[in-house]
Order: sequence, then C-alpha cells, then structure tokens
Amino acid sequence: MIWNALLLALREIRRNILRSCLTTLGIVIGIAAVIIMVTVGNGVTAKVSEQISSLGSNLLMVRAGARGLTGTAVKPFSLEDAKTISGQVNHLKAVAPSSSKSTTAIFGNKNWSSTVTGMTEAYMIATNWVIGEGREFNDSELRSGAMSCIIGNTVWKELFEGQSPIGSKIRLNSLSCTVVGLLKAKGQAFGRDQDDTILIPLRAFQRRIAGNLDISMISVSVDEDYATEKVQKQLKQLLRDRRHISGNEDDDFFILDTKEIAATLTGTTKILTSLLGSVAAISLLVGGVGIMNIMLVSVTERTREIGTRLAIGALEREVLLQFLVEAMVLSCLGGFLGIVLALVASIGISKAIDVPFILDLGIIVIASLFSAAVGIVFGYFPARRAARLDPIEALRHE
Amino acid sequence: MSQPLIQLKQITKTYGSGLAAMQALRGVDLDIHSGEFVAIMGHSGSGKSTLMNILGCLDTPTTGSYFFQTIEVNTLTRNQRALLRRHYLGFVFQGFNLLSRTSALENVELPLIYRGMAKAERHDKARKALDIVGLTGWETHTPAELSGGQQQRVAIARAIVTEPTVLLADEPTGNLDTERSREVMEMLCSFNRDLGITILMVTHEPDMAEYAKRVVHFVDGLVSSDTEQKP
Ligand SMILES: Nc1ncnc2c1ncn2[C@@H]1O[C@H](COP(=O)(O)OP(=O)(O)OP(=O)(O)O)[C@@H](O)[C@H]1O
Ligand SMILES: [Mg+2]
Repeated sequence: MIWNALLLALREIRRNILRSCLTTLGIVIGIAAVIIMVTVGNGVTAKVSEQISSLGSNLLMVRAGARGLTGTAVKPFSLEDAKTISGQVNHLKAVAPSSSKSTTAIFGNKNWSSTVTGMTEAYMIATNWVIGEGREFNDSELRSGAMSCIIGNTVWKELFEGQSPIGSKIRLNSLSCTVVGLLKAKGQAFGRDQDDTILIPLRAFQRRIAGNLDISMISVSVDEDYATEKVQKQLKQLLRDRRHISGNEDDDFFILDTKEIAATLTGTTKILTSLLGSVAAISLLVGGVGIMNIMLVSVTERTREIGTRLAIGALEREVLLQFLVEAMVLSCLGGFLGIVLALVASIGISKAIDVPFILDLGIIVIASLFSAAVGIVFGYFPARRAARLDPIEALRHE
Repeated sequence: MSQPLIQLKQITKTYGSGLAAMQALRGVDLDIHSGEFVAIMGHSGSGKSTLMNILGCLDTPTTGSYFFQTIEVNTLTRNQRALLRRHYLGFVFQGFNLLSRTSALENVELPLIYRGMAKAERHDKARKALDIVGLTGWETHTPAELSGGQQQRVAIARAIVTEPTVLLADEPTGNLDTERSREVMEMLCSFNRDLGITILMVTHEPDMAEYAKRVVHFVDGLVSSDTEQKP
C-alpha cells in the first residue's frame, strides 16, 4: 500500500510539475533564508567576540582624560601610578603603562605613517601580542631605553615588501631604530588595523620621541577567573585618591573593560541575529502562504481527481496516504535543497564579509520541521476534506 | 427464476430539502439478472444518471433498498462500498472523468493499482484493454491529446480493465458520431457476449438501444416501460 501511495504520489508530482516546483521553491526559499540569516548572524557574533579577545582577554584599559574627551589638557598618568596599581591591587596578571604618538616610519625610499607606542614587557602580555619573528625587548634595552623596535605586520608589509626586517634600521621621527622583532598578525578590530603599530621601549619613547614622562594609558590584565568589576572598582578608587579627586568631582580618566564591550557588542549582534531570524521566519511564512495559494487554486481539480479515484475503487485512506506522501516528498525535497542552498550561500557570504562560518544544527532542524509542517498542512488538509465527500459530490465539485 | 444480480426496491432520491426539494427518483423497482444487457432510456432530467450513480455506489438513495447479489448496499460502510466498486463495478461516466495530463495507459492502469496488481501484469492488462477499444498506439497520449471519442474509449477501457461483474455506462456514445457509436456498441455487445459482463447503459438514441437485450424507459423518476428485445 505504501509503495502504491509512493507510485501514485510521484505520478501526481510529475503530472503537476509546475505546481510541484512552485511548492518546492516556496519551501526552499523559506528554509534557505532562515538558515542563511541565522548562520551569518552567528558568524558576525563570533567575529565580534574574536576581535574583542584579540584586544586582550580580561583587559581593563585605563586612559587619561574624561570619557569621550581626547587630546589637550588631560592630566597624564605617571610610571608611579602603574607601579602603585601593581603593588596594591591583587589578582592582576600584568600592568602595562604605555604612551603612543603617530609617527612616520621610513625605510629605504619607503615611508609609512603609523603609531609608535612606548611600552614595557607587561604590554605584550596584557594585549596578547605574540612575536612572529625575531624577539621581544631584552632587559637592558628596556632599562636603557635603546632605540630598538618591534613592528606590526602592516608596517612590515608596507616598508619591507616581504623581506625579513630583523636587524634592519628604520627611521622614526628622523631617529634611527633597529628592528628586533615582528609581531604575529592580529587583524582588524572594530575598523582599526591592530597590526599598524610600532612598539619601542617606554624609556626610549619618553626620552627621544615624546620628550616627557607622561603615560597616556595603563593596560591592566586581570587573572582569568577573577571578576574585572571588582578590579575596576579598586582601580577607580586608587586613581581618584592619587589624582586628588574629591567626592563629587567627575573622574578625569576612564576605564574601558573589554568584557563589558564584549557583552554589549555580542548583545547587539545577537539582537541583530534574532532580528534577521525573524525577518527570515516571515519569509518562511510567506513561502507557506504561497504554497497555500497554489494548493487552494488547484483544489477544484484535485477534488475531482479525488472523486475519480474514489469512484474507481480507491479507499479514503489510500487517497489520503497518497496526498500525504506527495506533500512529504515535496517538503523533504524542498527542505533538502533549501539546506544545501543555505549552506553554500552561508559559506559564500561568510567568506565575502570575512566572518567565520558557524553551523547551527538547531536552526536547520527547526527550519526543516517547519517546512515539513507547512507542506503537510497545506497539501494534506484540503485533500482530507475532499476524500470525505461522497465520490459523486467530489466529482461534481466546481 | 434465479436470484437477481441487482435488485432495487422502491428507490427514491431527493435533492435538496424543503421547498427546493427535487425528487429525481420516485420509487424505482428494478431487477437485473446476471448476463443482461440493459439500455436505460428517458428524457433529459428523468433521473437516469441519478439511478446509475446509485447503482455504481457513488451516491446513496434517500429511501429504498439496493441489493447487490445478496448484499444490502445501504448497510455498507464507505470503505466497503469502495471495495465493492473496486472489485465488481466498472463505471463509464457521462463526462469521462479521466485524469488530465496523465497518459491513456496510466489512466487505464489506475484501477489495477488500487487492486494491488504487480507492475508487469498491470501494464499487460492495460495495454490489452486499450487494444480492445482500438487505441493501440495511443498509450502515451494524454486526454488533451485525444479526441472526444478516443477519450470515451479510454474511459471504457478503464472500466473494463478490471473485468467487472457489472459495467455501468452513462451515455457511452453521447459524444460520438454514428459510425463510432456503432463501434462502441459492438464492443459492449462483445463484452456482454464473450466476457459475460452484465451491462447497464444509458442512452438517448433508439438506434443504440437496439443493441441491448432489454430496454427500460424512465419518465419523471419512475420506470414507465420495461421490454425484452429480440436480438
Ligand atoms: N446534485 C444535484 N442537485 C440537485 N438536483 C439534481 C442533482 N443532480 C441531479 N439533479 C436533478 O435531478 C434530476 C435528474 O437528473 P439526472 O442527472 O439523473 O438526469 P438524466 O436523466 O441523467 O438527464 P440527462 O439525460 O440530461 O443526463 C434533474 O432534474 C436534475 O436537475
Ligand atoms: Mg445523465
């Protein structure tokens, strides 16, 4: 009986090839839309968290100047501030004072404007930098403030065109500086190229480039399993005391918590994902309505067909089984094609907008179930009404 | 006399209700014996098709009883009536009712599929039935690609492919010219004679009725005359 139903269902699909294709198409589009939107959304979310962790995990960035205010008239930190922090606050992995300035780097006949950052050993740990080639600064370079530098990937590409930079001398602000290391690439973070950087010992920066002892940022890396909120509170109190800010005055510095940024941004992208998902769900629904239309338009012909089948001796349940199989074959086919299309498109889009491709099996299952439900509801229920009629009534239907 | 194959007792059929009620059959008594070839005649609207539908178990009478062999059809369930149609009855509709966009062969095969017949045997029988009605070579044509007469013959092939006990034909020559009509009538005669199929046929044309062994006249939902004919 099931084989007969399958045979008859396949014949019906072939007989009404246009209707079958449109039904399948409705399901394909609906499913593909949902899966693509959710997959790409997830990819974007993952990309954002990846970028955040590339800044440094569990990192608090303490900057001088009130939040939103940049440039002039900010009271800088001092090395002493950083030392006090590492002395008085517990659960810290690294405290890295640093200062930056934009500079033009010159090598041979090439020049490239980049940012030079004076830093200490702790900076590498706090901001997750890894050496790709060469070495980090040694103690004597750090202590004496030697003009050595470690360059980021972008700077290397722009100045050296693929040659090894180690040992070469580049000019920063007309000061000669020996390249001792090349950083492993981190990529973009929030539209800024992290690899466009030049690191030099803090001492050298203060003496030769800035000409003062100012520290513009202190990066504080907190132990992995310790809450950054607590540290943030302590830091705030400590710095307010050291900078003599009284009770009701505003901070003249601000603390950026990468964890908080991460939470906000992933929150936003998640909202975005569910928004895209809902839009896609609507398209699935619209696809369903399309299928319903196709089915309703053909209901007269199908009712007569059912009448004919009943008249020549088909049982009600045989007719229903045929319709059920027909609906399921189309839904499954549509579902399958939809999933394949979605995967291909998701991989393509992920590549194009440079986000990781993350497969979410849950959404595939949900979309498939929904499509099956749509196919069955709209394919099967009109048939059920017709199959319950007396054959003669079904035949007379118009 | 032997037990009739079909026995109708005071069959009535009323369409609609109240003031709009329309009595299409008003107490029909009719006995049909195995091997008979009966022509049913009457004016348009006299209830011939209504009777055929009831005989074909496609419709149920309002009152009265219908015995098929010893079975009282009124007491059967929907499924049992479907099985009765499947195994004993062949029906040629006034309007053919072929499946559109489906080849002649597949149309004729359809009743055999529901009988659960294996593919090879099914094809064989369907081809034979098409051959009998003179449609060899037209197997793959769909109804839209066939003339009215050819469609009529596909419908007949579909009705006889199961070798039914009773063949019910509602105006099988209604769409045909005299020549084709005679061919169809010869065919029905040979089914009746050679295969022993009992035939009930509705027709408007006295010429066609002459092929039958018995003619029943209908007037306003009642049998007005019932005569045996000499062959
Ligand atoms: N479904 C229906 N609803 C209401 N009235 C009907 C229905 N079917 C038939 N009738 C009425 O019943 C009467 C008998 O109809 P029937 O189809 O049996 O006539 P007929 O003898 O086959 O006519 P024809 O020779 O034109 O085919 C007609 O008056 C018709 O109007
Ligand atoms: Mg009629």
